[in-house]
Amino acid sequence: MKLVHAFGAIAFGAVTLNAWAGPGQDLLSKQCVSCHAITKPKDTSLDRLLERKAPDLHYAGSKFNKEWLEAWLQNPTVLRPAGVMYSKIVKGNDGAVDTIDGSKLQPHPKLSKEDAALATEALMALKADGGLVEEGAFKNGPVNAKFASMLFGKLRGCTSCHASQPTDGVASGPELYDAGNRLQPDFIYAYVKDPQKFDPHIWMPTLNLNDADLQKLTGYILTLKSAEKK
Amino acid sequence: MMHRLNNLTVAIGSGLLAGCLSLASGGVSAQEKHAASIKIYNTYCVQCHGINRNGRGINSEHMSVQPRDHTDSKAMGDTPDATLFKAIKEGGLSVSKSVLMPTWGGVLSDEQINEMVSYLRFISKTETQ
Repeated sequence: MKLVHAFGAIAFGAVTLNAWAGPGQDLLSKQCVSCHAITKPKDTSLDRLLERKAPDLHYAGSKFNKEWLEAWLQNPTVLRPAGVMYSKIVKGNDGAVDTIDGSKLQPHPKLSKEDAALATEALMALKADGGLVEEGAFKNGPVNAKFASMLFGKLRGCTSCHASQPTDGVASGPELYDAGNRLQPDFIYAYVKDPQKFDPHIWMPTLNLNDADLQKLTGYILTLKSAEKK
Repeated sequence: MMHRLNNLTVAIGSGLLAGCLSLASGGVSAQEKHAASIKIYNTYCVQCHGINRNGRGINSEHMSVQPRDHTDSKAMGDTPDATLFKAIKEGGLSVSKSVLMPTWGGVLSDEQINEMVSYLRFISKTETQ
């Protein structure tokens, strides 16, 4: 079943990628696609999300900062301490807090400087479509760091699933302590506003935040630029 | 209870939906009856409420308010169905509980939430109310 999906993704990806020319095209369509969706999947079911091996990249050009992406591909660090889907690797712990079976985590391949540059060029060309990420949604207003930190923690509960500093320990969601380097502002705004717009069944909840909170949270997340990486 | 839930989880992970947990009721096992809710629980709830449904999910270690232990018959028995439904759909704040319980109404239908309430009754060994 998985092979069928992988083959389907490769074939579909190759056709779509031919629509644009770039030296990283071969890299994406022959290597990255074995784990990542680089075109928008036709199958939007929960089963597809549960079966995928790695996060979707069909909107990578609207999500990542180019400089961060190129550097990360050469020296990948752990972004998701509990993997792409935690329930596949979580273990009961005899009444104590569940643990992660680290042996099931797959490290991301390390790319050469040349390949990283090619892959980054190709990935940055993959822009979100259908109004997924509204350009200019984040207004870059002044951030009251103390209040925004409280918003992220106690008031909106983001810390339940996301680490805002390297010492926060394992959490189910991607770490955010380096998100200010990694992610584009308008992507953060759009994703926090409505994660199900990206994937109808994704396990990040829609918190029904108003624009003021979205602006503050996005501004706060952009300040998270920890130099310490795992 | 713990042992039974562990078995249940292993069975889900292995995709072996038949032949386990034979709490048959009218010819349909609990596993089959709650299959959809088990899948949803393992997708959305496990991160905080734990693989054994005991409130000890991977996120719980650093949460200021601990997630509900769904195997706690006393606490679950004191919570009406309507409160469980509302907490899942609209979040903890809507039922005067923690904001750390988010709103799942954006991803789950009313029918799925009602089925989840029924599943919670099963794992907590409590009656609908």
